[in-house]
Amino acid sequence: MQIYLPIAEISVNAFLLLGLGGLVGILSGMFGVGGGFLMTPLLFFIGIPPAVAVATEANQIVASSFSGVLAHLKRQTVDLKMGLVLLVGGLFGAAVGVQVFKALKAIGQVELLVTLSYVVFLGVVGGLMFFESLRAIRRASNPNRRKPVRKQRNWVHALPFKMKFRTSGIYISVIPPVLVGVIVGVLAAIMGVGGGFIMVPAMIYILGMPTKVVIGTSLFQIIFVTGFTTLMHATTNYTVDMALAVLLLIGGVIGAQIGTRIGLKMKAEQLRILLSILVLGVSGKLAFDLLLEPSELYSLDVGAPS
Amino acid sequence: MIRFLLALLLLAQTANAAERVVADMSQSLVSITANFDGTAILIFGAVKRNSPAPKGQLEVIIAVTGPSSPVIVRKKSRILGIWVNREAVKIDFAPSFYAVASTNPLPEVLSQVEDFQRRVSIERMIRSAESAKDTKKIEKFAQAIVRIRDANGLYTETGGKVKLTEGTLFKTEIALPSNLVEGDYLTRIFLTRDKKVVDEYQTTIAVRKVGLERWIYNLAHERPLVYGILSLVIAIFAGWLASAIFRVLRLN
Repeated sequence: MQIYLPIAEISVNAFLLLGLGGLVGILSGMFGVGGGFLMTPLLFFIGIPPAVAVATEANQIVASSFSGVLAHLKRQTVDLKMGLVLLVGGLFGAAVGVQVFKALKAIGQVELLVTLSYVVFLGVVGGLMFFESLRAIRRASNPNRRKPVRKQRNWVHALPFKMKFRTSGIYISVIPPVLVGVIVGVLAAIMGVGGGFIMVPAMIYILGMPTKVVIGTSLFQIIFVTGFTTLMHATTNYTVDMALAVLLLIGGVIGAQIGTRIGLKMKAEQLRILLSILVLGVSGKLAFDLLLEPSELYSLDVGAPS
Repeated sequence: MIRFLLALLLLAQTANAAERVVADMSQSLVSITANFDGTAILIFGAVKRNSPAPKGQLEVIIAVTGPSSPVIVRKKSRILGIWVNREAVKIDFAPSFYAVASTNPLPEVLSQVEDFQRRVSIERMIRSAESAKDTKKIEKFAQAIVRIRDANGLYTETGGKVKLTEGTLFKTEIALPSNLVEGDYLTRIFLTRDKKVVDEYQTTIAVRKVGLERWIYNLAHERPLVYGILSLVIAIFAGWLASAIFRVLRLN
């Protein structure tokens, strides 16, 4: 069944969109990532104009994250206090990111920078996560080896403005979480993603939060940052396509519910290694595209009708 | 001014032309609804004569032009091993859609001079103010627009698609693809003899979003904040609904 998207101004198959939404929704629920880093490139691929894809994806992430966070709230695996601290940085970062995006768009390099950020961030994050999880799995399969104690004190603990985060059971400075929030916010606006793929590892490895609260807290923060981004895009660029968003989010919210339940049945290490493989895969594909000579060297940037 | 002079010239020509086009089409309004998946328009007509047909093969050219907008064309080149946008050319005027159909391939039915004056072939539809500076380069970038839009089904040039019966009745079908832009589509019909235009007929096809499509589009542009908030409300409601439905399903 074909459907004409009023803002994107193209006709696409409705079931394709539902399916894409569902698939990405499952992954989103499993790993606590918004799924934007998969969905945004997929939308480009099926011919949605990039500006519409980025803005609409932000709207869709709100839905899947909200659906996911409800499940986590019920199990009390959301650190609301930490979420709010991350959010302060996130909103600031998103506002900065939108300005950077505008400036790059004007000189025609937005595509390159988006792709490069994908390759670099996904590559580094995915690689770190992959090797760390591999070590964790090896340790688990070899019970004779001494279980390593997580480093309790690092540079993070030397910073001032400490705050107690009861749900996470940590007592750290607010500076690192705010900074993580800012970086994620900037990336969210530039790359059209929620930023979970970078926030989740940052929470585990930098902030030292327990894995079980990381996903819920990340989803909580993402709702607000992507909600803010949606509003900014809707009011400045008129690029949020409601029809596209509805189709994606119907598939997405159902997928997220299924994904959250799959995620609960899996061990944290398994979950992390799967996510890292996925992240590395996307990064590798994008890097490959940058290196390979494109079949069409030219691209069109259509202005307002004259 | 030039346009005005051209119009005058055209008027003068049509006044003493021995052959005139009379034409109509299957629909002059294309409504873009939620399930719009492209459409085809049948354009048909006849040649009206006051005196017997003169010598020479009569040919018909039908051109449909979508709304135009400036386009920045960027070319990638290899820098430090990766492919990045390097050169860019602004083309001031390129139609979003262009279909030209004729009884025989265009070069056989229209002289270059006429094509230049009336802008019939796709290449003539794409214009740039920068063209005085570096013609060769501009031409390459303009060709890229034609190539890309041709691949997307937006530009077509088909010789032999217009059917002419007994030198009087003609008809053709113009396919409008699903990725259509809203606006007025100028439709021109040319009669040519010995590669010279003997008459021209113009009309427009209106392409409009209707119903829900219209409502969403208007809301997004006229009340963007309301639209943005509505989008968020829908998203949050859908998220809650899915969660609630799954809770019920799990309880049973």
